[in-house]
Amino acid sequence: MSAIEKISFDQTGLLRFITAGSVDDGKSTLIGRLLHDSKSIFEDQLTSITNTTRKRGSEGVDLSLLTDGLQAEREQGITIDVAYRYFATPKRKFIIADTPGHEQYTRNMVTGASTANLAIILIDARKGVLTQSRRHAYLASLVGIPHLVVAINKMDLVDYSQSVFERICKDFAVFAENLNLHNITYIPMSALNGDMVVERGGRLDWYENSTLMDLLENVSIEDDINREDFRFPVQWVCRPQTKELHDFRGYMGRIESGSIRVGDNVTLLPSGLTSRIKEILRYEGPINQADAPQSITLTIEDHLDISRGDMLVKTGDIPQASKAFDAMLCWLSEQPLDPSRKYLIKHTTRTVKTVISRIDYRVDVNTLDHEIVSTLNMNDIAHVGLKVQLPIVCDDYARNRATGCFIIIDESSNNTVAAGMISPS
Amino acid sequence: MNNHPFTHLDALESEAIHIMREVAAECANPVLLFSGGKDSIVLLRLAEKAFRPGRFPFSLMHIDTEHNFPEVIEFRDRRVKELGERLIVRSMEDSIKKGRVVLRSENQSRNSFQSVTLLDAIAEFRFDACIGGARRDEEKARAKERIFSFRDEFGQWDPKNQRPELWDLYNTRTHPGENIRVFPISNWTELDVWEYIARENLEVPEIYFAHTREVIRRAAGLLPVSHLVQPQAGEKIEQMTVRFRTVGDMSCTCPVESDAANVDAIIAETAMTRITERGATRMDDQTSDASMELRKKEGYF
Repeated sequence: MSAIEKISFDQTGLLRFITAGSVDDGKSTLIGRLLHDSKSIFEDQLTSITNTTRKRGSEGVDLSLLTDGLQAEREQGITIDVAYRYFATPKRKFIIADTPGHEQYTRNMVTGASTANLAIILIDARKGVLTQSRRHAYLASLVGIPHLVVAINKMDLVDYSQSVFERICKDFAVFAENLNLHNITYIPMSALNGDMVVERGGRLDWYENSTLMDLLENVSIEDDINREDFRFPVQWVCRPQTKELHDFRGYMGRIESGSIRVGDNVTLLPSGLTSRIKEILRYEGPINQADAPQSITLTIEDHLDISRGDMLVKTGDIPQASKAFDAMLCWLSEQPLDPSRKYLIKHTTRTVKTVISRIDYRVDVNTLDHEIVSTLNMNDIAHVGLKVQLPIVCDDYARNRATGCFIIIDESSNNTVAAGMISPS
Repeated sequence: MNNHPFTHLDALESEAIHIMREVAAECANPVLLFSGGKDSIVLLRLAEKAFRPGRFPFSLMHIDTEHNFPEVIEFRDRRVKELGERLIVRSMEDSIKKGRVVLRSENQSRNSFQSVTLLDAIAEFRFDACIGGARRDEEKARAKERIFSFRDEFGQWDPKNQRPELWDLYNTRTHPGENIRVFPISNWTELDVWEYIARENLEVPEIYFAHTREVIRRAAGLLPVSHLVQPQAGEKIEQMTVRFRTVGDMSCTCPVESDAANVDAIIAETAMTRITERGATRMDDQTSDASMELRKKEGYF
């Protein structure tokens, strides 16, 4: 008999976040500070950046050099792509998607943001809320990052002034109100001197809330995943066909949202056939209940024809299966959208042909104005209509990230050319 | 009723299983690279978790430099037998005999030439995906690499022109002749790997644990004495208590001084350690600031 166990997600040990801002905002310094003060920098890395700092004619250790990556970038002094960094404290492990803040790199921020629980938007205290900060906030809201930290950095350059901090918070809040952004935390800091990053420092005593590290360690991410709607896209069907397991059919996949128990009634989509959960299997043995985001194997009571691309859901909580839907699309490719062409759409475990049948408007990410356009270029974000060859089983992205997101692939180049988020029609 | 927190290892494990199943489902002819090292040992456990009670939907392959530690090869073969899976071995010696690899000297490090043998094997078996145990925390070129890393017909990685990778929707498509390197444990650190080995009670080759070994001190670190590494003028052989943090080519894989004789001691040491895994143990990664980036562009794993 399997053990009855309950997994609690309130202490989930892994938090993914992104940092948005330019080098000028002190983004690299902030990441360097987090790594340095949490003692995640290794001696050989420290030696290497100390040498480089000296080679460039500066004194001390330039923490921003830690996040410098490839030779190609060092030559040009830029960051060209998303880089991933890792650090851990006794409470949590962290994955940082470090994304460049330049205008032309919308696609990188969207990429980094797609898996993030939290975004840190950096603002230079001397400059306040800039066009760029608005752009970052918009992209964070577009991709639906559940938690937002506005880090008002370089407080050392404004004499750690409380009124400067408060004015910037107010400016940002006005803008954020239109963006459907919740859970915003404002933190004043000096990444350079280490105030309010890991340590509180002694110069921001008027600020009484958490340091950045405190927040990262303790923010609850349990509800970042939809815990209500059971969604199980079938990835792989296991049929060993051995003597002992002659009739075994296991449906393998990851629970994208919600939970499932043995005995639950399930519906197979898009066919609509129904059955009941017989077993929930893991390598370690059977269990009674499983939750997102566990990877499991399911067996069911009846013989249904189930293959990859199908989705199991709980009977009574059924998502839409549609051949036409609306979405926000971020164009990622240098090759512009050709509205007359067929592309491939990959949504959960299903890949089918699609056409982008309408472009309703493009969003100017700086002003949020809507513009009428006939095609999409790299870094464009637009509201579009799509038609697909076979129905896809989906939820609105705002309700369920995992079943509301998709990518578009160009079949001739095989490149990923766009990322989309399904919106209510 | 027991309450279990969903730990970082649970999250990383579920992600890796999901990745392996995507490869199996979408790639026509994948292979898993198994060297007998700790990272690929973890991959095998993840494959068991992804596909049992079925067989693995891919073969295992080892690109053998023939400069490997004998303990590791012995372990490799034993582990494959326990799993009842199929192992392909392609050896660099074949590439040398065919004239595909030309070494300056017999004892030269063979790490960088692995690419040739690997690319030949990919062509021979027409693999369209190779699952490997590389991690982003190992090296800064890796930090920028995708989980599904596309390679052109020449096995080349183009860091400036990578496919965007969003959510967990992986683009696995290739044209004939191209292939994808897949790294299911991209997001794991050295410490995560050891914690997972402890949690899963996985066996690893003995050379990961502290033992007495004859070594020579060279500028970049300690080198194990073997038929490939002999003292040069002015160098002397010392007996030291050491362990290896990585297993690779015997001529350039350096052990570190350590008393860590079991997995728990290694975890404690790794948590405290102040030098990166490759910085401590791979002479070939120290030759220039961009060594790994350059080798990867040529088809290295």
